[in-house]
Amino acid sequence: MIAIVDYKAGNLTSVRLALEHIGVACEVTNDPERIESADRVIFPGVGAAAEAMRNLQELKLLDPLKDAVASGRPFLGICLGTQVIFEHSEEDGGVDCIGLVPGAVKRFVTSDQSCKIPQMGWNTVEFAREHPVFEGIENKSEFYFVHSYYPDSSDAAYVVGETEYAGVRFASAVGMNNLVATQFHPERSGRIGLRLLENFSKWDGRC
Amino acid sequence: MLSKRIIPCLDVRNKKVTKGVKFQNNVELGDPIEMAVAYSDGGCDELVFYDITASAERRPIDIDMVRDVARVVHIPFAVGGGIETLDDMYRVLLAGAEKVSVNSLAVKNPGIIAEGAKIFGSQCIVLGMDPVKTADPRFPSGYEITIRGFRERTGMDALEWAKKAEDLGVGEIVVNSVDADGTRDGFELNLTRKISTNVHIPVVASGGAGTPQHLIDVFNKGAADAAIIASMIHTGEYTIKQIKDELVKAGVPTREKW
Repeated sequence: MIAIVDYKAGNLTSVRLALEHIGVACEVTNDPERIESADRVIFPGVGAAAEAMRNLQELKLLDPLKDAVASGRPFLGICLGTQVIFEHSEEDGGVDCIGLVPGAVKRFVTSDQSCKIPQMGWNTVEFAREHPVFEGIENKSEFYFVHSYYPDSSDAAYVVGETEYAGVRFASAVGMNNLVATQFHPERSGRIGLRLLENFSKWDGRC
Repeated sequence: MLSKRIIPCLDVRNKKVTKGVKFQNNVELGDPIEMAVAYSDGGCDELVFYDITASAERRPIDIDMVRDVARVVHIPFAVGGGIETLDDMYRVLLAGAEKVSVNSLAVKNPGIIAEGAKIFGSQCIVLGMDPVKTADPRFPSGYEITIRGFRERTGMDALEWAKKAEDLGVGEIVVNSVDADGTRDGFELNLTRKISTNVHIPVVASGGAGTPQHLIDVFNKGAADAAIIASMIHTGEYTIKQIKDELVKAGVPTREKW
């Protein structure tokens, strides 16, 4: 059973439907016990970092999330879920985040009028190294992104994939032991995204 | 590099996809779910569904259809038509749509898009607008916003409305030229460029797509971030692959593998 963590950060229907489509049992939940007993955890979300951190505190989900990662169970962050596992985000005037992965989340800044913020649409992910969750997925495949802030990993060892937008090259996928996290939305990235989710559902958490 | 998006538009009436010219003379084309799967497998980057009779029939949007699409399509899709309240938006998004598109409602009640953007996130809220060309000097951009499928003029300037909508928090604007809609003579490049270069959010061009060259033009000359197509693929005259091959040849950033 995969627990999809519901912390009032947007709509989780598409994540659930993508997993159901590939025949993987899952449950959308904000119950710490359900997260603790799940084989693997997906930590998705869209929205703003400060509110996400507030909701995680109120729902008492911070410890279950840290425990899930510490226990070695496969853990997948998506979009805002990925951003808040870093140490800090520039969003909302600056927010301290969970700090599971070293690095900070920064805002896209560009003087190029034709470069729209948020980045919305399909962009390529160039692999920095191999990872079981990307098995069978071609290098430079395109995934669906929607975001105004990007993860800036301070340790290159954790960067799995990189993407360029608004003049920066950012960590669009990071991996640290049993944790993997993507800035893009695999659940919205068609056949290739479903392949990633399928890989995750079979992954033993080792690299 | 971020790819330019190709978005098939499915106008749904009585659970069937239809297509008309200038919002009239609709003909039936097929089942929305089957068509959505075929286009998604065929390489489109996103989809948009309009429940075109929901407003006129004063009924809520067909949520069952949204749910059925979401079960089988795993790329982003937007839904519009018959959205009257925040609760309508919530139900559409919860059913699995990535975005909800509002048009007439936003004109009548701009506060609702601000609230929707705040509650659900800007990226979920798409403003659809139907501007028509005008020589009337009251409209500095040269285009006036119409609503209710071109039946009603609003007295609002298209560019001013686009900027206001951006300030209200919409995440994307679909600019559907009333003059070009259904003509297959090409997009309204002047209008698209005017809007796209004056806002900071993505702009989707709509109305007039007939050939791959029209798409190349709207990306290169119209500064569009995405483009809506309908008749040219609904009739089977072009496949999405054929269109994308032409975009690649012309150097337009395009998602080539799916």
